[in-house]
Amino acid sequence: MVNQRVVTPEHLFFEAQREKQFITGSEAVREAIRRANVDLAVSYPITPQSESMHLVGDIYAEGYLKEYFRGESELAVMAEVAGASMGGVRVFTATGGPGTLRAFEMFPAWAGARLPIVCAFLTRGVNSPLSIQPDTIEMAFMLDTGILMFHAESAQDLYDMILKAFVIAERPDVHLPVGVFADGFFVTHTREQVAVAPADLKLPPYDPYAAPVPAMDMESAPVRQMRDPFVMKSNFISYAAHASWQQEILAAQERARKYVHRYLEGLVEVEHPEAAVLVMASGTMVSQSREAVAVARQQGLDIGLVKIKSLRPFPREEIKTLARQARTIIVPEYNRVGWLCREIKAAVEDTTKVVGGPRVFGGMTMPPEVVLDQIRRCCA
Amino acid sequence: MSESLFRISPGFEEVMPVEYRELVTNGPCGREVGVSDLGTFKELIEEHPLCAGCNMGLALRLILASLPKPEDTVIVGSTGCSSLAFTQVAVHNIHSLFGNQNAVASGLKRALRLRFPDKVKDVVVIAGDGATVDIGLDMVMQSWFRRERITTIMLDNEVYANTGGQESGMSPQGTVLNMAPLGKRFPKVALPEIAREAGCAYVATISPAQPKRLERMVRRAILTAREVGPTYVQIFCPCPTNFKFRPNEGLQKIKQRQKEGTFQVREYVSPEAQAFLAELEGADHEK
Ligand SMILES: Cc1ncc(C[n+]2csc(CCOP(=O)(O)OP(=O)(O)O)c2C)c(N)n1
Ligand code: SF4
Ligand SMILES: [Mg+2]
Repeated sequence: MVNQRVVTPEHLFFEAQREKQFITGSEAVREAIRRANVDLAVSYPITPQSESMHLVGDIYAEGYLKEYFRGESELAVMAEVAGASMGGVRVFTATGGPGTLRAFEMFPAWAGARLPIVCAFLTRGVNSPLSIQPDTIEMAFMLDTGILMFHAESAQDLYDMILKAFVIAERPDVHLPVGVFADGFFVTHTREQVAVAPADLKLPPYDPYAAPVPAMDMESAPVRQMRDPFVMKSNFISYAAHASWQQEILAAQERARKYVHRYLEGLVEVEHPEAAVLVMASGTMVSQSREAVAVARQQGLDIGLVKIKSLRPFPREEIKTLARQARTIIVPEYNRVGWLCREIKAAVEDTTKVVGGPRVFGGMTMPPEVVLDQIRRCCA
Repeated sequence: MSESLFRISPGFEEVMPVEYRELVTNGPCGREVGVSDLGTFKELIEEHPLCAGCNMGLALRLILASLPKPEDTVIVGSTGCSSLAFTQVAVHNIHSLFGNQNAVASGLKRALRLRFPDKVKDVVVIAGDGATVDIGLDMVMQSWFRRERITTIMLDNEVYANTGGQESGMSPQGTVLNMAPLGKRFPKVALPEIAREAGCAYVATISPAQPKRLERMVRRAILTAREVGPTYVQIFCPCPTNFKFRPNEGLQKIKQRQKEGTFQVREYVSPEAQAFLAELEGADHEK
């Protein structure tokens, strides 16, 4: 193994001297994992994710991870990292689009088993027809799986969010999986300046004995025996056991809020909160919107921007408060269903203020001019 | 796990259920007990809820009594009748999804090897025939291709029992079952042969009608998986409820099938496993 020094998360995230590297999003994944003290990673190819897990394989070969292999399908990969996580080690994997859907049954199973797995979802369109192009529709399906969800705008976000995801996921009062989502190609395949901590530093190791559920290692006495396994009994106790377990997952998501505040420095970032019209977006749509907002403000329009970083937990209160003083909220998206628009409508008091769209999908890019047109219409 | 972990904190002896107290004072952990000692020690399984006369229940009791090192064994199960019994089993056991058991076990085994490089941790998969040969077959075979150091045990009742008696890949050809209203149209899947070709170092078929042989096979499979490679044991345990025979007729059914030649006790040991077992068992004899 490569010799690295364990430092506190605070040091790695906020204090260590950062160096700028001109790298792609896939390389940013590698740089995050290099410093994340990951024990085991499992890979499976899918465009636009594949390169990120090739690069994780490369740093495994260099001695930054203890174990790495290619699984046989996404459903199997997600089960393999689940087994390893139950065995008490820190794990990482990545997928996207059809891979996310192929593995779908595992995500509620991760949350239900309270596994602090970190997975990068490098999103793309889903079939049919076949598409490998950017699209965030898979995020609509993921919203209610019980996992925490962060959405990266850039390679810098992707690097920071992956590292911070481990720390948030593993807090004993959270102990839930985290999906770090980034828009395929736009983030994975483009290069930007990314500020990274020194490569000889790494996060503290995962401590399986601080977990709220026992590691499956036979190092603690097994708790048995339910005389009535609640799984298939039709009685109130079994329903109550299942229901309270599910509520506890939601409660753990809520408890994650304070750590999202501490490490991601808020669930949202706001520019010009006082404006009459606000654009609310996540992922790379924030960048497109930021350009449109800059032009609109130069033209004297009263417009602001809200970047949503955390989707689970969702910034309900922040958005409700922002929406109170705004006249109109514009929600541009990279998918056809408008899942972010639905989420925002569920948070605000007056849903008639929320204007869904513009939306592009199937691989299209969003020219800032299209967002600007919408801003002009809404400011008129 | 060290045996001392299996104990009750002082002052709590009275409030712990009697079956747990017995497990601490008279359980199988850290002791040389097996199938012939059943009745003299506290078993790892307690009052399972499987049907009267369930051969799978019997098979499970025998498997658990055969574990070479229960205090360092983790079991991965799957959805099906047996999953109802695992809530009463006193070793760490995992239920994740229906069919993903060998993938979970692969990750688990690798994690335990990372965390306990100097200690043996046995990972044993115990799942139904539907879980193993139908919905989970890719993950089962891929774990063998990858030579994962795990033991896979199929509880073969030749049917999807838990969901009400549907045809599985292990049902015999011609059997009329739910979802096979005209009888199954293809033969029982030859998983033991597939296992051998897919890289298993040790493969055996057995039934609970021969408890001592079952014990020997389960032990050989688990010990071989530690040192040589993946292993597979297929246990024939016909289901009285779905095949509609009396609870006391289970062993007769097995013997009848044996006479017909449609169920055979078999053992395949790879040359490498043979050498390993010869050394191990030779050493045992000398003791
Ligand atoms: C993905 C999925 N599909 C189907 C089921 C329904 N299901 C639960 S148990 C079972 C049958 C199990 O059959 P087998 O593996 O042979 O075990 P048995 O009950 O016979 O012991 C099925 C089909 C499920 N739980 N999950
Ligand atoms: S249905 Fe069959 S396999 Fe399932 S518990 Fe009953 S007898 Fe056993
Ligand atoms: Mg079955």
